[in-house]
Amino acid sequence: MTYFIDRRPNAKHKSAVNRQRFLERYRKHIKRSVEEAVNRRSITDMERGEKVSIPTKDISEPVFQHGPGGARHTVSPGNKEFLEGDQIRRPSGKGGGDGAGEGGASNQGEGDDEFAFTLSREEFLEFVFDGLELPHLQRKPLKSLEEIKMVRAGLARDGVPSRISITRSMREAYARRIAMRAPIKRALKEAQEALAAEERKDSVLRNPARIVELKTEIERLEKRIEGVPFIDTYDLRYHQLSAQPQPSSQAVMFCVMDVSGSMTQNHKDIAKRFFLLLYLFLEKHYEKVELVFVRHHTAAREVNEEEFFYSRETGGTIVSSALTLVNKIIEKRYPAGQWNLYIAQASDGDNWDDDSNICRDLLVKQLMPQLQYYAYVEITPHEHQSLWHEYETIAAQFPERFAMRQIVDAGDIYPVFRELFKRRLSQKQ
Amino acid sequence: MSVARKPIATGSDWNFSVLERFDEELARLADEYRLDTYPNQIEVITTEQMMDAYASVGMPVGYHHWSFGKQFLAVEQAYKRGQMGLAYELVINSNPCIAYLMEENTLMMQVLVIAHACYGHNSFFKGNYLFRAWTDADSIIDYLVFARKYIAQCEERHGVHAVEQLLDACHALQNYGVDRYKRPSPISAEEEVKRQEEREAYLQTQVNMLWRTIPDAPNGVAPLPGSLHSDADPLGLHSGGLYPSEPQENLLYFIEKNAPLLAPWQREIVRIVRKLAQYFYPQRQTQVMNEGWACFWHYTLMNRLYDEGNVDEGLMLEFLQSHAAVINQPGFDNPHYSGLNPYALGFAIFMDIKRICDAPTEEDREWFPDIAGSPWRDTVEFAMRNFKDESFIQQFLSPKVIRDLKLFLIVDDDQMETLEVAAIHNERGYRRVREALSTQYALSVREPNIQVVEAAIRGDRSLTLHHVQDSRRPLGRSVYPVIRHLQQLWGFPVHLVSMEDGRVTRRYQWPVEEESKDVS
Repeated sequence: MTYFIDRRPNAKHKSAVNRQRFLERYRKHIKRSVEEAVNRRSITDMERGEKVSIPTKDISEPVFQHGPGGARHTVSPGNKEFLEGDQIRRPSGKGGGDGAGEGGASNQGEGDDEFAFTLSREEFLEFVFDGLELPHLQRKPLKSLEEIKMVRAGLARDGVPSRISITRSMREAYARRIAMRAPIKRALKEAQEALAAEERKDSVLRNPARIVELKTEIERLEKRIEGVPFIDTYDLRYHQLSAQPQPSSQAVMFCVMDVSGSMTQNHKDIAKRFFLLLYLFLEKHYEKVELVFVRHHTAAREVNEEEFFYSRETGGTIVSSALTLVNKIIEKRYPAGQWNLYIAQASDGDNWDDDSNICRDLLVKQLMPQLQYYAYVEITPHEHQSLWHEYETIAAQFPERFAMRQIVDAGDIYPVFRELFKRRLSQKQ
Repeated sequence: MSVARKPIATGSDWNFSVLERFDEELARLADEYRLDTYPNQIEVITTEQMMDAYASVGMPVGYHHWSFGKQFLAVEQAYKRGQMGLAYELVINSNPCIAYLMEENTLMMQVLVIAHACYGHNSFFKGNYLFRAWTDADSIIDYLVFARKYIAQCEERHGVHAVEQLLDACHALQNYGVDRYKRPSPISAEEEVKRQEEREAYLQTQVNMLWRTIPDAPNGVAPLPGSLHSDADPLGLHSGGLYPSEPQENLLYFIEKNAPLLAPWQREIVRIVRKLAQYFYPQRQTQVMNEGWACFWHYTLMNRLYDEGNVDEGLMLEFLQSHAAVINQPGFDNPHYSGLNPYALGFAIFMDIKRICDAPTEEDREWFPDIAGSPWRDTVEFAMRNFKDESFIQQFLSPKVIRDLKLFLIVDDDQMETLEVAAIHNERGYRRVREALSTQYALSVREPNIQVVEAAIRGDRSLTLHHVQDSRRPLGRSVYPVIRHLQQLWGFPVHLVSMEDGRVTRRYQWPVEEESKDVS
C-alpha cells in the first residue's frame, strides 16, 4: 500500500534553528571573519553575504578513531599489475597509509583544514551590527526634498501641437463625420428613391420638372457630403500635463572625518561603522546615494574611500576647513534643490580653539538650512572640548535635524540615528 | 518475441497520477517476487527540503543541535558550488516506510527511486535480522517526537547551553551506545513517556545507593533519602570488589546508569542519544548489503517493467545510464577513487548469488555447494535476512566477483619499509582477500575497541577504560577531546589505557594535570 504526499508546500528552513545554533556557537570565529570583511569592503558593498571559514579542528565533533600507525590490511579494487608478494614503495610521507578508516571527515568545505560556508546577507549584517541593537532595517518614510514633476493628467481641447493625441483626435473626427453625414445621407437616399420612382413611371406620366429638381437636389446633397471635413479643430485632443510634487530620489552623503594624529585605527573602524549605518539607512530610502569623503586635519581634502579610512596623517585640527569644503562641493555639484543632503561627521573632539565658533556659524548660517540631517559622533572617552559645546547650541536650535553623540565603543552608534527614525515614524501616524 | 509496448508515460515529466500508476505496477511485481515490505509513504520534496533532511540524518523530526546546523551549511555550500549532487532519494526505516523524492527528478528517476527505496530498502528494513533486532519501525517516529519535546523542555528549564554541552558529550560517545551481544527491548514512545518519570526517580535511587557518600552534587541533585544498608547490594554490582564486575562496552549505558553527578534529566538525554544511536546501529553494519539489495531490486524491477512494455526505450536507456553510474567502481589508481563503492560491491554479490543459483559453474559448485543450483529467490532472501556486511562478504563473496573487481590486499605495516601486496585475485588469494575484506567491514575493527573496566567507587571515583589495541594501531588525536567529554559526563577523572596482548602501550587521562598528582 502506498501513499503519495506532496510536501513541497511545507515550510522550508526546517534547519533554521540548527543553523542559528551553529552561528551562535561559533560567534567569535564568525565575528572575526566579518570584521575582516567590513574592513576590506567598501561602505557601498555591505549588502551581500560573506564566506566564512573556521578551522576544522575548532569545529570537529570528536569520536574515538584509529590514528595512523600499526599494521593495516586494506582491500582495494582495480589491480592491474600487482602480483602476490610485490613490495611497493610508500606513496608519500611515512607512517600508516590512508586506510579505509580515515578520510571520513573531509568531505566538507574545501580542504581538510577549513570548514567554509556562506553567511546570508541578513546574517552578515547582523554580525556587522552585533551589539548595536538595531531595529529591523526597513524602508522608512524619511522626509525628502520635493521636486516638481510633470505627469500626464487626461486630455484637453487646448494644447501645443507637440502634445496632440493622434488616436483620440482621429476618433473624435470619425465620430463627428458620422454624426454630420447621417442626416444628409438620409435625405440623399430619399431623393434617390423619389427619382427612381419617378423614372419607373410611364414616360407619359413623368414629370420632367420634378426629375430635374430631384437631380439637382441629389447633386447638392452629394456635394454636402463631400464637404464634411475629414478633421476639424473641434476634433483635436491634447495630452494634458499637471505638475505634481515628487520626492527627490537622490541623496548625497558626506562623510567627514578628522584624520589628525590623535585618531587611531580603532577610532576609524568605529567611524566606519557609523558611516556604514547611515549609508544603509539612506540606501533603503533613496534610489541613488552618492558618497563624498572629506577628511581633514588643518586642511580638508576630498578623497576616495580607501584613502579616507586607511591613510594616516598627522598634525593639528581645524574642523571648519572641512565644513567649508563641504559647502563648496554642495554649491558646485549637489544643488540643494535637487539633492537630499546628509552629513555624517566623526572626530575625537579635538579642534583648534578659535575654530569652533567658526564651525557653528558655518553650520547655522550656511549648511543647516540646506541639510536633511547632520549626525556627529565624538569618539572619545575623555572630557568634551569647545567643539562639542558649540555643537550643543546647534542641536538646541535644530533639534529635528541635528544629532550628536559621544561614542566610546561601537554599541553607542545606533542611538545617534534613533532620533532620526523615531521622528519620521511618529510623523507618519 | 516482441512485446506490444504500451508505456504508462513517456518523456521526462511526471505527475502524481503517473507515479501512482507506476507504483501500482511495481507493487504488483514486488508482490510477484514475494518482497515483504512496510506500507510506503512517498513524499515529494524540494531541493532545500532535501538539504534539511540531509542535515538531520534523514530523521523527519529531530531535536535541535548545532552540529545539524553545521551539517546543513556543509551540504548547502557543497551543493551550491556544484561539488556535490544531492541524493535522489532518502528513505527512513519506519512503518510506514517514508521515502523522500526530489521534485527535480525526471520521470525515470522517480520510478527508479520508488523501485530502489520503496521496495528495495523497505523490504531490507523489514527483513534483515539486525533491523528486526535493534529497531522498531513502528515507534521510531513517535520516539523522535518524544525526544524532541523532551530536549526542548530541558532547554527551557536548564538553558540551551547546558543541554548543548551535554549533547556534545553524548554525541562524542554515540558509537559506544550499544551492547553488541544483547538484544535490547524495542523502544516505544508511549511507554517511554509513561515510564520516564518513574525511571527518573528509580534510577536516581540506584545511583545514590552506589554513591551515597558523595556530597551534594554541584548541579543540584538532592540525594534521595533511603535506607542505606551497607550490606545491601541490590544490583549485584559489588561482587569481587571490582565495579563493574565485567568490562562494559556500552559506554553511554554505563554513564546513564552509573555516572554519580548527573541529574535525572541529564540521564534521560544520555538515554535518548543512546536509543537513537541504537536505531542507526544496524545501518552502519549493513551498508553494502542494504544498497546492494536495493540496487538488485531496482535493476530487476525496472527490467520487468521494460519486458512487460510499461516503459519505452528512451526511459530504459536513461535508466541504464543512471544505474551504471551508481554501481561504477573506479580502480584504486583512478583520480575519482574514494574507497570501495558499497553499491557496486553489494550489487555485484547479489547478482552473483543469482547467477550461482541459475547457472553454476564447476568453481561455484566447489565454493558454494549449498546454494549452487538452488532457487535464486529463496537464496537471496536468506542472504538478505540473516547477515550483516561482515558475515555477508565472508559467506558470499565469490571468486568471480573478486576477479571482476580485481580486488587485492595490501598490508601496510609501519615497521616495514614498503607496502606488501599480500593477495590478489588468484586461486591462492581468494580466501585471503575475502577474509580481509570481511574484516574491513567489521565494526569491531573499524572502530577502536574501548570498554569500561573499573569505576573506583571507594577511591577517587575515577573511571578507567581499556582500549584493546589490535595490530598496534593507536588511537587518533581526537582521543583527548573525547575523554574530556567523557570526564564531563562522569564528573571525576577518567583514565584510558591502551593495551595490546596484555601489555600497556599508552596511557591517556583527563584532566591532564592529574599526572603530577599521580606521580607524587
